[in-house]
Amino acid sequence: MKKIGVYICHCGTNIAAGVDIDELVHLSGKLPGVKIARDYRYLCSDPGQDLIKNDIRELGLDRVVVAACSPRMHEMTFRSVLSAEGVNPYYLNIANIREQCSWVHKEREKATEKAKQIIRAAVARVLRQEGLTARKVGIKPSALVVGGGIAGIQAALTLSNEGVKVSLVERSPYIGGHMAQLDKTFPTLDCASCIFTPKTVEVARNKNIELFVCSEVTDVNGYVGNFSVTVKKRPTFVNTARCTGCGDCVEACVLKKGVPSEFEESIAHRRAIYIPFPQAVPLKAVVDKESCLLLRKGKCKKACVEACKAGAIDFEQKEEVVEREVGSIVIATGYDLFDPRLLPQYGYGVYENIFTNLQFERMASPSGPTRGEILLKDGTVPNRIAFLHCIGSRDENAKSYCSRVCCMASMKQAHLAKEKTGAEIYEFYIDINAFGKGYQEFYKRVREEGVYFIRGKGSEIYKKDGRLIVEAEDTLLGTPVEIPVDLVVLGAGLTSRHDAESVARIFGISRSVDGFFMESHPKLRPVATNVDGIFLAGCCQGPKDIPDTVAQASAAAAEVMSLASRGQIEVEPITASIDPQTCAGCKLCIEICPSSAIDFLEAKGISVVNEALCKGCGACAAICPSKAAKQNHFTQDQVLSEVEGLVT
Amino acid sequence: MKIDPKTFAKDYQLNICIQCGTCTGGCPVKFRSPLNMRRLVREAHLASDYASLFKRPELWACTTCSTCSLRCPAGVKNVEFIMGVRNYLANKGEVPSTIRDALENTFLQGNPWGRFRDRRVDWAKDLEVKIVGEAATETLLYVGCAPSYDPRVQSVSVALVKILQKAGLDFGILGKKESCCGNEIRRMGEQALFKKLAKDNTNLFKKSGIKKIITISPHCFNAFKNEYPDLNLPVQHYTQVLADLIEARKLKLSHDLDLRTTYQDPCFLGKQNLVFDEPRKILTSIPGLQFAEMERSKQRSLCCEGGGGRMWAEGETKGTRNGEIRIKEAVALGAKVLATSCPFCLLTLEDAVKISGSAGQIMVKDITELVAEAL
Repeated sequence: MKKIGVYICHCGTNIAAGVDIDELVHLSGKLPGVKIARDYRYLCSDPGQDLIKNDIRELGLDRVVVAACSPRMHEMTFRSVLSAEGVNPYYLNIANIREQCSWVHKEREKATEKAKQIIRAAVARVLRQEGLTARKVGIKPSALVVGGGIAGIQAALTLSNEGVKVSLVERSPYIGGHMAQLDKTFPTLDCASCIFTPKTVEVARNKNIELFVCSEVTDVNGYVGNFSVTVKKRPTFVNTARCTGCGDCVEACVLKKGVPSEFEESIAHRRAIYIPFPQAVPLKAVVDKESCLLLRKGKCKKACVEACKAGAIDFEQKEEVVEREVGSIVIATGYDLFDPRLLPQYGYGVYENIFTNLQFERMASPSGPTRGEILLKDGTVPNRIAFLHCIGSRDENAKSYCSRVCCMASMKQAHLAKEKTGAEIYEFYIDINAFGKGYQEFYKRVREEGVYFIRGKGSEIYKKDGRLIVEAEDTLLGTPVEIPVDLVVLGAGLTSRHDAESVARIFGISRSVDGFFMESHPKLRPVATNVDGIFLAGCCQGPKDIPDTVAQASAAAAEVMSLASRGQIEVEPITASIDPQTCAGCKLCIEICPSSAIDFLEAKGISVVNEALCKGCGACAAICPSKAAKQNHFTQDQVLSEVEGLVT
Repeated sequence: MKIDPKTFAKDYQLNICIQCGTCTGGCPVKFRSPLNMRRLVREAHLASDYASLFKRPELWACTTCSTCSLRCPAGVKNVEFIMGVRNYLANKGEVPSTIRDALENTFLQGNPWGRFRDRRVDWAKDLEVKIVGEAATETLLYVGCAPSYDPRVQSVSVALVKILQKAGLDFGILGKKESCCGNEIRRMGEQALFKKLAKDNTNLFKKSGIKKIITISPHCFNAFKNEYPDLNLPVQHYTQVLADLIEARKLKLSHDLDLRTTYQDPCFLGKQNLVFDEPRKILTSIPGLQFAEMERSKQRSLCCEGGGGRMWAEGETKGTRNGEIRIKEAVALGAKVLATSCPFCLLTLEDAVKISGSAGQIMVKDITELVAEAL
């Protein structure tokens, strides 16, 4: 004879105000199989839990129904209560009489009747529930970090220092990402290269980090603790073991005019063979097969090969594909900059001397094409510079979110421009987002330095009498303005990478509405994803500054560590299983499984569920024509009995 | 008529405004008029009574070019809001007298200038054009009020008819049955009259058995394409038709026109309906024509101040008109011709030529006139 305990929570007044608790207790006590029915003010509290524990012990209860809040709140809590007293935790059922009853109905009598039905259904179901045992899955002590920007670097270093073997895969020829392009960082005006070069050098040196540059992850299989990833290494046509990074080949390259340099944000050119920048890690030459004459047209005098004293250039180099087995994955693929050509009113790409914020960084940087001087296209120094905020951000016609860092970046650039040129500087803004440590103080500093702030978004840029005119309204004065300037810097926003869609598909993760990768919970689980064992760090999850990126990367590393140090984890047993006797091998379940969790055993001609991959969605159980597939904890029996309880 | 400020705010999304000033910053009349869209939105959002708020002559300075609506990052429906305000004023009879006359004329004679309905098709008397209803055709060339009655714009209509006939296109016009499309009527605030015109015109088109409409004015194009609720017929502006005909080699332009020419993108064709390429394709197909692009072109084209009822009211604007600024720009480019594809641009820019004393330096022509010369 089953002995069920029914416990009804008041939840303060959350439930007690909306339904009549006494009536519920009265009804519950009379349901078939119920040994005892009680109520309590806060069941999730210690004394509340003890109440249940005592009853289990003294009354020999073997099943428990808790009528309270949503199972998302305390299902785990009460399952632990059962385990503590030696009862299988899957003999618990939660009846949600708060979110689905007392909180959403106003008429107490009707709400009480509904709560009675909910409890009746829960009791009927719990009678049919089965005891289940969680499976243990081993976790490999290795990790894959995708993306070698500051987020990826931070995650890789933190992990490797804890003994986790890291494979760091970076698409471009260097690590450092966008941070490598920056001049000085706000608010401290630290030189970006100076602070991260020690880190990049450490990555190259670290025995626990295997660095892949010019590489991409093309395939991911497996499950938490046991991923197998395929990495494709593009040929750079340079033997990195021999290359010393001397740069002679670059000098010699016949493509004198070159192509727009990605690192210099197209304000300068590079040759077909190139070294990204002088402090690049790894410092190796790379051949771009799109622009190399030999590779594209088959005809070139190969001046680079001649010039290379180390004999490192190898045009026979082929693409390499490697496989790695890792326990966890950290995705740190970074951001793309919003393309201002999508907003033609700003004349970007039409007029000279209109730059994006990243292009300005390259100009300001001492290793950039202008050696750190802010110059107009004709080489002269500007007398007046305008910085326009919110280009492509906070805009229903572009991206509706705020890109978070550009206000500070704009002000920092205004400071640098003022220092370098003494020009008159105007910041056209809507709001000043100076939210971080030292940020508001920096805003004050920039105002003290004499930068003008006009509260009004730049509406249009056009050219008159040879000068660029910024049209806006000074909304604080309430007057429209047209300000002639020499140079305009557009505060372009941060967007997800252009190939975020395909990357998300490779890893099986989701994207938020704004296009960035989606975290498990925006507040409480900011680095986890919907796939166990895959974590996010940095701007690929949403725009953020360097302090937040580093913090998030450390958080992701901590999550990986937590998995790796446990060595194994328990996988929820709410998975599907297929009865090998009944399975006819029709494979309908394999077709429908969204997690690719069902394998077909050729030898036996039947399908089998991979429990570690199975997410327990029930699709296979629903489609199986012979009812061989069954969903644990959601069997047909259990679900139908719950329905019966509701409608009787 | 009383408006509940709360519904007003909701209808035009005034609540959503973040007061960034992009609207005022991009407004073509911002230096000519005290009209400040941003401030108006805020005042309307916070007001509890509109009686005094909307008694401002500058409300009639708005040309409804829609730069504000198109650029607003928050999604405020600025131009709809102005039209809503004007509707409120029209219902109270508080509109400038010239606007009142234009509205009454449209009601009585089917055109804002009050010319006689019976004389609407006089311009075509020597042209052998089919009249829809009397002869069978599937394509309607909707002429419009200015192209029918204004002597300067009539040559555009004549030129276009000749071009279409030369290209062998089968089409007809409505003749005396044609009434105002209502685009400017709606912009002047007379919603009820616009609804009536839309309904009557839609019925007329449907009864005539036509399957397609070509317009001369971008304003009519806009009304039929975007604002007539039940039309469901394909509509094209004539520049789209001519570009297609040139592409399909049905229109041969053989006569050389040695002219340095630039082009004014009309607001209702360009920035509002994104037709930029077709007019340029036509102009660059004319042999001998040297096409030069003005600084402020395509989405950044400067409004000529002809739309939004401005043909009938000044809204107390002061100072140099945008038309003059445009003429100066075109002259500085070395252009001998400023081409356009809108009757209102044509009229306002020609006016500007005369006022600025540039009559010897530059001519304003419609694209049809240039194409007709090149045939």
